[in-house]
Amino acid sequence: MASAPGIHAHGLVREFKNVHAVQGIDLRVEPGEIYGFLGPNGAGKSTTVHMLTTLLPPTAGTATVAGFDIVKEGPKVRGAIGAALQEAALDPYLTGREHLRLQASLHGLRRAEREERTAELLHRVGLTLAADRKIQTYSGGMKRRLDLALALVHKPRILFLDEPTTGLDVQSRNALWTEVGRLAKDEGVTVFLTTQYLEEADVLADRVGIIDHGRIVAEGTPTQLKAEIGRPTVEATPRESSQLTAVEEVLGRFGEFTQASPGAVAVMLDGKGDLADVVRALDAASLRVDDLRLHAPSLDDVFLAKTGRKLEGEEDSA
Amino acid sequence: MNLALHDVGVIAWRSTRRNLRQPAVVFVPLAFPLILMVVNSSGLRAATHLPGFPTKSFISFFLPFSFIQGGLFAAMTAGTDLARDIDTGFLNRLALTPLRGTGLLAGQIGGAMAQALVQGIVYLAAGLALGVHFKSGPAGMVVLVTLALLVAAAWASVGIWIALRTGSGEAVQSQFPVLFFLLIISSMNMPRNLIAVHWFRVAATINPVSYMIEGLRSLVIQGWNAQALALGFGIAITAVAIAMTLASFALRQRMART
Amino acid sequence: MSRGGSWNVALALAWRQLTILRKNPSLFLPPMLFPLINFTAFAGGLSRLRQIPGFNYGSGYTAFVFVFVLLQSAAFGGVFTGFGIARDFERGFARRLLLASKHRSGIVWGYALASMARWSMVAVTVTIVALLVHMQIGGNGVDLFGMYALALLVNFCGLLWACGIAMRFRSVQAGPLMQTPIFIVLFLAPVYVPLQLLHGWIKAVAKLNPVTYVLEAGRGFISGSPVEVALAFGLVACVVTLLATWALTGLRSAEETAA
Repeated sequence: MASAPGIHAHGLVREFKNVHAVQGIDLRVEPGEIYGFLGPNGAGKSTTVHMLTTLLPPTAGTATVAGFDIVKEGPKVRGAIGAALQEAALDPYLTGREHLRLQASLHGLRRAEREERTAELLHRVGLTLAADRKIQTYSGGMKRRLDLALALVHKPRILFLDEPTTGLDVQSRNALWTEVGRLAKDEGVTVFLTTQYLEEADVLADRVGIIDHGRIVAEGTPTQLKAEIGRPTVEATPRESSQLTAVEEVLGRFGEFTQASPGAVAVMLDGKGDLADVVRALDAASLRVDDLRLHAPSLDDVFLAKTGRKLEGEEDSA
Repeated sequence: MNLALHDVGVIAWRSTRRNLRQPAVVFVPLAFPLILMVVNSSGLRAATHLPGFPTKSFISFFLPFSFIQGGLFAAMTAGTDLARDIDTGFLNRLALTPLRGTGLLAGQIGGAMAQALVQGIVYLAAGLALGVHFKSGPAGMVVLVTLALLVAAAWASVGIWIALRTGSGEAVQSQFPVLFFLLIISSMNMPRNLIAVHWFRVAATINPVSYMIEGLRSLVIQGWNAQALALGFGIAITAVAIAMTLASFALRQRMART
Repeated sequence: MSRGGSWNVALALAWRQLTILRKNPSLFLPPMLFPLINFTAFAGGLSRLRQIPGFNYGSGYTAFVFVFVLLQSAAFGGVFTGFGIARDFERGFARRLLLASKHRSGIVWGYALASMARWSMVAVTVTIVALLVHMQIGGNGVDLFGMYALALLVNFCGLLWACGIAMRFRSVQAGPLMQTPIFIVLFLAPVYVPLQLLHGWIKAVAKLNPVTYVLEAGRGFISGSPVEVALAFGLVACVVTLLATWALTGLRSAEETAA
């Protein structure tokens, strides 16, 4: 008997010899939600996805997906989910249309339904014109779109997307985001999306779980998480370097000093005033600035606060 | 049952389609055995003058080897393709469908057998055109092709097993010399009783490939030899059973889905 | 174009090829294994052919097939290097070579040098194995030098052929085009029995095939009764000249694409 739909994981663990890839994950994704799973390379995102999609048995812990146990009811889970994993996983010698037909065949769709579904999905992902070309000739964006279409062939209730926009250009990425958003909003598909792109999680996800070294270190809506960390930062670069101390004195009235760019002063606002008040105070002191910026907290700031290091720096060094 | 057969058909269709789109995969397994058949049948014709050589036509003696060699090429193709699927993650895509492991294996082997069937028809046609006369008649040709397909299935299972164990196309290809060696240390070029070098004769006698070749050969040069056919079929079926069992275990480990 | 310049390019490229081999010893395996497999098959499985009436060869069947295997390994050694050239094009390294080398003919000579060096190691291995199975040698040092010199030239021919293909197609997919003609030419020769024991069309073709005379000269060398030496070397020299033109025009074709 199926339990509650969506995704529920409790104490999920996966170990490989001496590597503890996932060290006890608890999460809950409600039906129709887009859940962003954010973390650097090697954090355990893909391993978690592989467990939830039944491709890898967990070492410990339990989880249900679409109401089915991932260990005891693997085939039922697979029937209810679609997945576009990290590799596009396409056969270079088949065409886009042939891929969709193959997938549909294996999911048991009859011929007429197969053809109809194939045509519909090709149109939806914008690959109708390229449908009869071999995958070898597809661009990266086209491959990703086909990958998404393949995951949707059997109309799954839950969709797993493992870093779906890695390596894509801005246009392709936006197109994918639009489609994912539409799936969740119009068709009520639950989406579990892993990403290392802050902007993707911020824009797309209803809720975000941040994973590091196999554990979830923070979870909530992007707004909630950023609010937890806080507070916006104002950074001012004086026109004359001799006025640096004076600028410091003015800004110091509005909050605590924080790390600033070279030659600038930055404070984290503590509620004593906003940007407009800072501008007025600088003006009143006849101080001229070359640059004045307001930084809202980002998910990277959240990651930094929770782990002591930046997520974006991890990406660069990975 | 219908569903299982359907899945096998889908996978075999895919395998066949991608093979047809790779010219090297089509050309090499046809060209090399045919070239070898043509040159060896002439270059080794003098061997038929040896006392005790079972036929006056060396091409009739040599023809069956082409099927065995063709089966080996089909194995390399099946193994390399599956290794590529593992490497690209396509195997994971298949694992997320209702497709059963046995269906995947049978489908891959089915694709290899389809390739071997087309090759076999070409070798047969070439042999007949070059003057091969089947002592067992048309029925013998059908039995020969059937045994050749079993042999191809055995080779394909081995190729698939290597692919599942290693996940690497290069590893599959690197086994080609080893498998080719098995072909060579057999009665491919000379009847076992005429092999002069003792260790080679012993090796050929132990080598199961010799009996598969001799089973096929008996249909061409002897007619209906029950013992040769029983050994040929028996060993081919055993080889298929062992190789498929190994491949199944390897697939279970590779595709560790719940 | 100075000889010194071309030679420098050749040496640099040959050094690179041999460094790759040193760091990837597994690359030695295919060119080593196939000659040994063939040698085993022929010497082990076909030695009874020695008893065919009219098979007159002084040094035993092992030596008879050894010469063929040596020449086959030499020819295919060149082809294996050709695969490497094609891979270099696919990976972009060849373009770098073309851009960096002032004297581009050195590229062909460099690959040739590497091919010969690699084949030398194969030749030593195959020879040792043949000696271990008591191959009879009737020839003296000069004879054997002549045999290995012929084989080295055959290796050069194999390389030039494969190089021309690789530079025109610039893809490993052209591998069968490199191998198949060489395979056919080698086997349309008295591989298993002497020429006088061949019959029919294959005898007629073998008489026209330069490989036949190279084989016979090689077999003469190893048995200590050299035959048709001048013809064999002359034919090989002609083939080298033709194939060098083939390879260098292939290089021009590659240059035009890189430009």
